[in-house]
Amino acid sequence: MIALQQVTKTFSISPTTSFTAVDNVSLTIERGTMTILKGPSGSGKTTLLALIGCMTRPSSGRIMLQGVETSFFQATDRSEGFDSSSLPERFLTEIRRSTFGFIFQQFNLIKGISALQNIMLPAYPTGEQQPVVRQRAVELMEQFDLLRHCNSPVEWLSGGELQRVAIARALINNPIAIIADEPTAHLDSQLSQAFMESIGLLKDSGKTVLIASHDPIVYNSSRADQVVEMRDGRIVQQEPPV
Amino acid sequence: MHHALSRHRNILDFALSSLLRRKAKNISLFLVYTLIIFVIASLIFFVQALKREAALLLAEAPDMVVQRMIAGRHDLIPTNYGEKISAIRGVSEVTPRLWGYYYDPVFQANYTLLAPDTAPPPPGSITIGSGVARNLRIKTDDLVTFRSYSGTPLLLTVSGIMPLHSELVSADLVLMAAEDFQAMFRMPKDVATDLAVTVANPRELVTVANKIVELFPDTRPILKSELLRTYDSLFDWRGGMMVVMLAVALFSFVIFAWDKASGLSAEERKEIGILKSIGWETGDVLLLKFWEGAVISLTAFLAGVLLAYGHVFFSSAALFSHALKGWAILYPQFRLVPTIDGYQLSVLFVLSVLPYTAATIIPAWLAATIAPDAAMRS
Ligand SMILES: Nc1ncnc2c1ncn2[C@@H]1O[C@H](COP(=O)(O)OP(=O)(O)O)[C@@H](O)[C@H]1O
Ligand SMILES: [Mg+2]
Repeated sequence: MIALQQVTKTFSISPTTSFTAVDNVSLTIERGTMTILKGPSGSGKTTLLALIGCMTRPSSGRIMLQGVETSFFQATDRSEGFDSSSLPERFLTEIRRSTFGFIFQQFNLIKGISALQNIMLPAYPTGEQQPVVRQRAVELMEQFDLLRHCNSPVEWLSGGELQRVAIARALINNPIAIIADEPTAHLDSQLSQAFMESIGLLKDSGKTVLIASHDPIVYNSSRADQVVEMRDGRIVQQEPPV
Repeated sequence: MHHALSRHRNILDFALSSLLRRKAKNISLFLVYTLIIFVIASLIFFVQALKREAALLLAEAPDMVVQRMIAGRHDLIPTNYGEKISAIRGVSEVTPRLWGYYYDPVFQANYTLLAPDTAPPPPGSITIGSGVARNLRIKTDDLVTFRSYSGTPLLLTVSGIMPLHSELVSADLVLMAAEDFQAMFRMPKDVATDLAVTVANPRELVTVANKIVELFPDTRPILKSELLRTYDSLFDWRGGMMVVMLAVALFSFVIFAWDKASGLSAEERKEIGILKSIGWETGDVLLLKFWEGAVISLTAFLAGVLLAYGHVFFSSAALFSHALKGWAILYPQFRLVPTIDGYQLSVLFVLSVLPYTAATIIPAWLAATIAPDAAMRS
C-alpha cells in the first residue's frame, strides 16, 4: 500500500519566486489496484508520479510505503511501512529499482541496440547475472508477443511493439508497482485499447498500477479501480469518493 | 561482492556494445590516439636505444685519456710522456693513440680516422665502416684517394669493410696504418693524438690523474666517467629536439582528447537521461563512460606502443632516423637493440590514458547528475 499524507512539492524558479506543482495531496493506493491520475496538462500529474516513484522528494508531507522489502527494511503486513521521503538518496535508488517499473510517454528506448537488450537494461546495475536476466527478458518477450523481434534493433519496431517493449522493460526487475506517464500519447485508439488490456492483465497478476493520462480511453477504462482528477496541483475529484 | 563484480561485468558488456554502436566515431578516435602514442613511444624507444648504444661503446673506452694542452687547446702529445706515466704506481698500461677527422670534400662527409694499436691494416690499405663504404660507393679491393696535408692525393686500397651491424660510431670509421696516418697529416713519429691509460684499480684513477698533472702540467687527463657525462648531455641535446616533438605531440593529444571525448552528442545525452530514468544511478552511468573511455585508451595505448616497438627495433626507426642519428653526415644503418624504459612508458601511460578517461567521464558526469525526474520529463 502507498499512502500520501499532505504531500506538497514546490519548485523554486528564482530566488524570490517558487511554483507549487503538487499542493497538499493526500491519497491512498491499495496494493494490486489500478489508479488513474487525470487532469489537464500542467496539473501536476507527472510531478506526483515522480514523488511516488522516489525520483524526487516532497517539500513537505509523508509518503508511506508498505509491503516493500529492502535490505534496510524487512516489511511485515502488520507494520506501518516507512516514509520514503525521509530516506537517504542511496536507499531511494534501491527502492526505485526494486519497487517500481516505469513506462514513459516517449517510450525512452535506446536506439541501436536490440529489443532484448533494452528490456534487460534496468537490471544491469543491480548486479544480477546476465543469463538469469536474459531468461526473464525472453519470458517477458514471449508474454508480450515480441519474441520474433528479440534481436531486432528497436528502430525496426512498430509503435505498438515499442510500447510493449517499454512495458516489458518496466517489468524486468519484478517491481511491485508499475508507474506510467501518458503511456498512450503516441498510440492510436486501437493500440491504446491494447495497452489497457496488457496493463489490466498486469493488475490481475497482482501488480499495483498507477497511470497519469488525459486520454479518455485510459481514464474511462473499466479496469480502473480509482480515478483521481487533478487541477493546479490539487485533487479536485476522486472516484470512488473517499 | 559477487553482485559488485557482475555489476561491473554487465556494465562493461553494455559499454562494449555502445562502442560498437558508434563505430565510426570510435574507430577514428582509436586511430588518432594510436598514431599519437606511436609517435611519442617511438621517440622514447629510439633515444633510449641510442643512449644504450653509446654506453656500450664507452664500456670499451679506456679508463683515462691524457691529452696535451697548448694555449688551452688540445695538441699532439710526445710519446715519451707515456714512458714516464707508465712508471707511476698503479698504472698498468699506456697506449699512444693516433686518430683524427677527415672531411671528404667530394662527398661532403666527415670520417673518423684511426690508426689502431692492435691488428692495424697493412700500410697502403684501409678498413672502412659500412657508412663510408656506402657513401664512397666502394667495396673491398677498390682504390680510394684521400687528400693529404699538402693536397697531394694518397692512394689507398680497401682491405675490408667492418660488419654492417657493428655499432653506431663505427659506421663513419676509417682504420689505417700508423705510417699512412702520419704521412697523411705530416705528423712526426714521436707524437700521438693522445694517450690511453689503463689503471688496475679504478679507485686510484683520481690519484693517478693528479700525479700525471703534477708530472706534466701541460696535460689534461680525462676520466671515462667524465666522458660518459659528456655523451649523456650530447644525447640530451639531441633529445632537446625530441622534447619539443614530445611536447607538441602531448599537446595535440590533450586537444584531441578534449575535443573528441568531451563532446557528448545529443544522442548520448539523451541516452544518459534514459538510463537515469530507468533506475541507473549516476555512479552506474559514470562506470559505463569509464569503461568506454578505458577500452579505447587502453587498446590504443597498447597498439601504439607495439607499433612503435616494431618501428624502432625492427625497421630501425625508419621514420625519423635521419633527424637524430649519425655522428658524421653519414647515417649508419643498423639494428637498435631493444631496450624499454619502464619509467618513461609509465609516464606516457599516465599522461595519456588518465586525461583521456577524465575527458570522457567529466562531461558524462555533468550530464548524469540531473535529477531522475528531469530525465522522466525529457
Ligand atoms: N523542475 C521544475 N521546476 C519548475 N517547475 C516545474 C518543474 N517541474 C514541473 N514544473 C511545473 O509544475 C507544473 C506541473 O507539471 P507536471 O507535473 O509535469 O504536470 P502534468 O504532468 O500534469 O502536465 C507545470 O506547470 C510545470 O511547469
Ligand atoms: Mg506530464
